[in-house]
Amino acid sequence: MNLQINQDQINETFELQLTGEVDAYTAPKLKEVMLPLTETEGNIIIVDLSGIEYMDSTGLGIFVGALKSSKANNSSLKLRGMTERVKRIFEITGLTEVMDIESGVKGEAL
Amino acid sequence: MTAKDALIERYQDLLSVYLKAKTETTLYKGQQFSRKLLEQQISPEDLVSLHIQVMDELFPDMSEEMRDSFDFLLESMIGYGFAYREHQSLRDKQQQLESEIEVAASMQQTLLLSDVPDFGELDIGVVSVPAKKMNGDYYNFVKSGNSLSVAVADIIGKGIPAALCMSMIKYAMDSLPEEQMKPHLLLENLNRVVEQNVNSNMFITMFHGVYEPESHKFYYAGAGHEPGFIYNAKEDKFNDLIAKGLVLGVSRSTTYHPYEKKIEVGDMVVLLSDGVTECRTSKGFIERDEIVSLIRKYMDLSSQKIVENVFQELDRLQGFELRDDFTLIILKRLV
Repeated sequence: MNLQINQDQINETFELQLTGEVDAYTAPKLKEVMLPLTETEGNIIIVDLSGIEYMDSTGLGIFVGALKSSKANNSSLKLRGMTERVKRIFEITGLTEVMDIESGVKGEAL
Repeated sequence: MTAKDALIERYQDLLSVYLKAKTETTLYKGQQFSRKLLEQQISPEDLVSLHIQVMDELFPDMSEEMRDSFDFLLESMIGYGFAYREHQSLRDKQQQLESEIEVAASMQQTLLLSDVPDFGELDIGVVSVPAKKMNGDYYNFVKSGNSLSVAVADIIGKGIPAALCMSMIKYAMDSLPEEQMKPHLLLENLNRVVEQNVNSNMFITMFHGVYEPESHKFYYAGAGHEPGFIYNAKEDKFNDLIAKGLVLGVSRSTTYHPYEKKIEVGDMVVLLSDGVTECRTSKGFIERDEIVSLIRKYMDLSSQKIVENVFQELDRLQGFELRDDFTLIILKRLV
């Protein structure tokens, strides 16, 4: 199974639309796209996870890394559109408490 | 006669026999000969040049075009020669790495080996199986005073980085003073160690519990770890063993909530790693309910037999291919 990343940009707002699975095999690809975006001050990175059916702990690690980087660089990282399965692992790991997670429905305006 | 001369002679023999009789047997011998060539590290262009030498001797009046075509072939093989030598050196390197990993894996085994203690009133069962050579799951039992402490941790990422990280956890835990062995305080301490020392996209999930036999109480706290179960014998019911908290290594100032539960005779505490609940079968993921019904199926056996049977069934459901490290621990109060 693969991971597809579609990227849209309006000014300093980047929206990443993910489809597929984020696991040990696809995580490096996500890191390569997402991490550099968090390194510029003022950037807003919105990651839409509605197309993700499976994420493992390595995938979760990429989001932890991106969160730390956005805090260190004064950018902002928002997640939205989680499926139940993905939401569960963010909840279990306590990350819902420290991450900006929008409960918004897929397809809303930025 | 040098090894190379011997090879030339042998090649000449085989080739001339084949050109005369064209038998399958000789062709087959040619195939086997190629293995010998590989053993002697003869590269593809060396073989072509060997062929030219032999053909020159067998057919001294070979046509000029034929002779030239061999020279051309020889040049065209050079690239394959490079690829062959690169393959050789990569293979050597890979063998070296593999033997280093073997050594590291066995060191890890020795370092992290946690004996399952004999603890009178608790019947303890443990199974912990790595998906690859090195296990990213960690469990640890420590008897201190009258009480028993148990820890289960899952280091994200697999393989060597996870294993190294786990050794760090072990030594950090070993060096904590006893008064900090209260589960929520222990997690706070470990969190600070992990936060300072791991790569930014690594983290650790951990459950820590302490059982006190005088009060029959189980004190516990969790750092983002997959919830276990608690079996209530009186109600004959499995409940989730919830212990909320952020994973270790994300934020330095994280605090953890202390939980406690009275354990009655016949009750069970079930701890696991997400390798248990993330089991994937041809029909999709294993649900937590299915784990419970597997445990229920073997509940009358000893704790060790329960965990072994549950593991075997889940392993079979996954086609005997573990995707993630797998750890399952059961503590059952006997008296």
